[in-house]
Amino acid sequence: MVYGPHTPDDRSRMLAALGISSVDELFEVIPPAVRAGAIDLPPGLTELELMARLRTLAGHNRVDLASFLGAGVYRHHLPPVVDQILLRGEFYTAYTPYQPEISQGTLQTIYEYQSLLAELTGLDVVSASHYDGATATAEAALMTCRATRRERVLVSRGVHPQARQTLGTYFAGPDFAFDEVPLATEGPDAGTTDLAALARLLDDPERPVAGVVAAQPNVLGLLEPMGEIGRLAHAAGALFVAAVEPVSLAVLAPPAAYEADIAAGEGQPLGIPPQYGGPYLGILACRDSLVRQIPGRLIGMTSDADGRRAYVMTMRAREQDIRREKAASNICTNQALCALAAAVYVAALGPGGLRDVAATGAARAAELAAALADAGAPRLHPGPYLNEFAVRVPDAISVHRRLLHRGILAGIPLAELEPGDPSLTDGLLVCATETTTPEEIELFAWALRDELSAQAGVPVAGIGEGIR
Amino acid sequence: MIPSDLRYTKEHEWVRVDGDVATVGITQHAADQLGDIVFVELPEPGRLLTQFATFGVVESVKAVSDLFAPVAGEVLEGNASLLATPEVVNSDPYGAGWMLRIRLSDPGQLEQLLDAAAYEALTAEG
Amino acid sequence: MSVTGPKLQPTLFELSGTGRAAGRRIPAPPADALDRLPAAARRAVPPALPEVDEASLVRHYVNLSQLNWGVDTGFYPLGSCTMKYNPKVNEWAARLPGFAALHPLAPDETAQGTLEMLWELERDLAEISGMDAVTLQPAAGAQGELTGMLVVRAYHRARRDLERTDVLIPDSAHGTNPATASMAGFRTVNIPSAPDGGVDLEAFRAALGSHTAAIMITNPSTLGLFERRIVELLELVHAAGALAYMDGANLNAILGRFRPGEAGFDVMHFNVHKTFSTPHGGGGPGAGPVGVREPLIPFLPAPRVLRELGGTFRLERPGERPASIGRMRGHVGNVGILLRAWAYIRAHGADGLREVSDDAVLAANYLRGRLEADGAYEVPYPGPCAHEFIASGAGLKRATGVRTLDVAKRLIDKGYHPPTIYFPHTVDEAMLIEPTETERLETLDAFADALLEIAREAHETPELVTSAPHSAPVRRLDEATAARQPNLRWRPENRAEPPRPG
Repeated sequence: MVYGPHTPDDRSRMLAALGISSVDELFEVIPPAVRAGAIDLPPGLTELELMARLRTLAGHNRVDLASFLGAGVYRHHLPPVVDQILLRGEFYTAYTPYQPEISQGTLQTIYEYQSLLAELTGLDVVSASHYDGATATAEAALMTCRATRRERVLVSRGVHPQARQTLGTYFAGPDFAFDEVPLATEGPDAGTTDLAALARLLDDPERPVAGVVAAQPNVLGLLEPMGEIGRLAHAAGALFVAAVEPVSLAVLAPPAAYEADIAAGEGQPLGIPPQYGGPYLGILACRDSLVRQIPGRLIGMTSDADGRRAYVMTMRAREQDIRREKAASNICTNQALCALAAAVYVAALGPGGLRDVAATGAARAAELAAALADAGAPRLHPGPYLNEFAVRVPDAISVHRRLLHRGILAGIPLAELEPGDPSLTDGLLVCATETTTPEEIELFAWALRDELSAQAGVPVAGIGEGIR
Repeated sequence: MIPSDLRYTKEHEWVRVDGDVATVGITQHAADQLGDIVFVELPEPGRLLTQFATFGVVESVKAVSDLFAPVAGEVLEGNASLLATPEVVNSDPYGAGWMLRIRLSDPGQLEQLLDAAAYEALTAEG
Repeated sequence: MSVTGPKLQPTLFELSGTGRAAGRRIPAPPADALDRLPAAARRAVPPALPEVDEASLVRHYVNLSQLNWGVDTGFYPLGSCTMKYNPKVNEWAARLPGFAALHPLAPDETAQGTLEMLWELERDLAEISGMDAVTLQPAAGAQGELTGMLVVRAYHRARRDLERTDVLIPDSAHGTNPATASMAGFRTVNIPSAPDGGVDLEAFRAALGSHTAAIMITNPSTLGLFERRIVELLELVHAAGALAYMDGANLNAILGRFRPGEAGFDVMHFNVHKTFSTPHGGGGPGAGPVGVREPLIPFLPAPRVLRELGGTFRLERPGERPASIGRMRGHVGNVGILLRAWAYIRAHGADGLREVSDDAVLAANYLRGRLEADGAYEVPYPGPCAHEFIASGAGLKRATGVRTLDVAKRLIDKGYHPPTIYFPHTVDEAMLIEPTETERLETLDAFADALLEIAREAHETPELVTSAPHSAPVRRLDEATAARQPNLRWRPENRAEPPRPG
């Protein structure tokens, strides 16, 4: 199936106008030594064949499992109105709004997205989006280096490992340094950022810290002492970056409340389906004083020649096409359509709806925690969580696999999330959202109890007793 | 059109000297080329500049340009009013649109700069 | 356009009202759902998000969409953007639940459909480009560039050559190239263009040396010209121990005609939202896969998609390829976008893709011929172009004072999105025009007619052109104030100036 409209007659007329007999003449400039031979690809498919092949491939993915998998990507109810709006050709086939007079649709929707995220984060400057949460976190860390002219960043191990790895990749070019702050291993704060270790890492006059990055909730689902972390960072002259989950901002204290200077986050939970990894939405926000440091596009409100309110890409001199080698970032494309999805989702839910999504997830998660504890898998950490947490499961990787064969996606083994950390071999990270049903929870708990008892080789223990 | 009492660089900065204090800005020609100026980034007081090193950046809606120090010296102050009204660089580049005051470390460096006639000739070639 | 003309819209915040959206999308949670959270961690003040009923929401967005231009609306001759038609079957494909609902951390055995598709796409792109391996991870062309340049950096460091600090970049390059070089820790050395639009070989030769890590070249160039001296260039680069990076933004001109890897490029990126029809979305998302020759494979980002002997697919495991530069972003890539590119390639096959480039190049040359014949706009590089060409309004400006910017805005009144303007910087008053292969001949002719008409208007009634557009929903914008006093988020005080419908 091809989409070009040219008939043989059209081609003849164009060739004749150019005074040539074959289109090959237009390619003669390519030196013979480097002209391509035949390309080995399967022959083109008709639309019918293409759709059949796609259905087959889609059918090879298992999306029917009872899923408790989160770890930064969450299944939420997607109001159909979101996709209906995304499917408007004027939105999704539009280019970047460099000609604002005929792009007010895109420009206003992104301005509204910026405004919605400003409300959620409490930070007034929100970029028109970055690629995803991991790159947004990496760019936030680079911002702290630019703003403070320091070259070292501290990243809590509570920040998602993929974000930490991405930060490492982005730090290679400018040769900046970063150290990971360990998590506390025992006590009531186990699983959250070790504040004493943070203080020690900050206290190095030879290597001053540009920024401290911590996540809320953290990758283990736990709530971090963000106010404390921020105070320690600022006392050392460092900036504070909060890596946040956007739905949680409906009910948790936002970055502005605990004095974060920059917020980064993965916007996928806001109306974007999982799609095996992308395209997602990089949320990046900062306080006013850092506006010149933030990479990516910014949409501003202004007026036109007749005094009408209008929107335009602004502060463009920061961007790559103007600054070139001096640009803060090379980012050109953003994730505009994903930002639109997020804006429509938030608008469709409204303040009560978004709060309900967060609260229902929390309620389901508490039910899940109780059911799993009953089944012999208590929580690994004592601290408060929102809708995600880790449970103790001996030989978690094997149990996870056996549960998979029973149709249950039991979260993710901690050892797979953070390979190389021996203290994490016996844990599963699980979550619940408003889409998690009581039946699914019961199924999971029942199957887990079965697996744990088979593993221990003993009959099922009484309710409330953990099986070790 | 071009003030005759100033000296100029090839990069379109001007400098006015009063005792050992030099005031620096950009020329009308430069401002016109840039278009509507929206932001000027200036160094902190106390910073030491070498001649012809970049000391800051001037941004317009669609362009950005480095600023080069016509003379060496210590930065005394930047024009704080440019933060709120950068457009004054377009409207009054030699007066209220001044950018930087420096304490001159080597007055001899002024000889290396262009006088008004030479700068005029440079911009006429365009 | 709606039946009564496009309407400016107030913001969502101005449509909001307490109790306006009483309908429930999900059941109410228990009242005590959040009680177990410490008060200090909870939000003290709820966010002031808008509350809008669904009907008003839909009208808001539908009306806003009608203020926009898209490929689905009309012609978009944007040079270097390849605004070709976005096939609708690709939208259907991406929304199949089997693809859309799949969690990226799900076990490999539950993701075999997507993994197979990704594996095939890697091979398709490798075959199209003559490269030995492809990573699909980068989220955009610019990120692909960064990936490629970090691979270059890793390659030289692995050879223990730490002197390779420079990247040579033609002055006609897209701004992302030097920005990328800086992000990857390199110094940019700009190479001037020769009078014929190609790289100045002597300047290039002089700049090349043991400090050169790589050259970044767009081929065909941003002037729409195939680099004639490509063979010599590549030989010189390799003789100096450096690598050759190709910016693949203009791949639409050479499908089936030139394979960069086969020709000698070591690394390149693809823009699937250009060449492979994935929609631009108003500024993204796209994807920027990167192809490399064999010696660079160890350094590609992780994880790659692997095929086992038994025919199943899996992701590389952490640590499986220690020389990898690591991760460029979360998960394996913009899979939803990559799926659309896969479908496009499958629909076309090799013959279809070659026809794409044939038609794209023919259409661009036809349009160039129409403007060259008239003379109202200069065509600084006459003779065959690739899939795009440069026209200049410099002469028109000298004669009438009307600039390319004004011509662009007046094109809006004629019913066209303007072409790329003032890029590349090496041509005065530039217009970069790329029709693509999916525009009818009638459209090409009508567009040429419109451009020529504007040139006449510039002579006869210049104010009409310099104050354009007149027919767009808004007139020219005050960009200076927008930059000086940025208003980047809604505040209740903004309510003072509701939009006045055009």
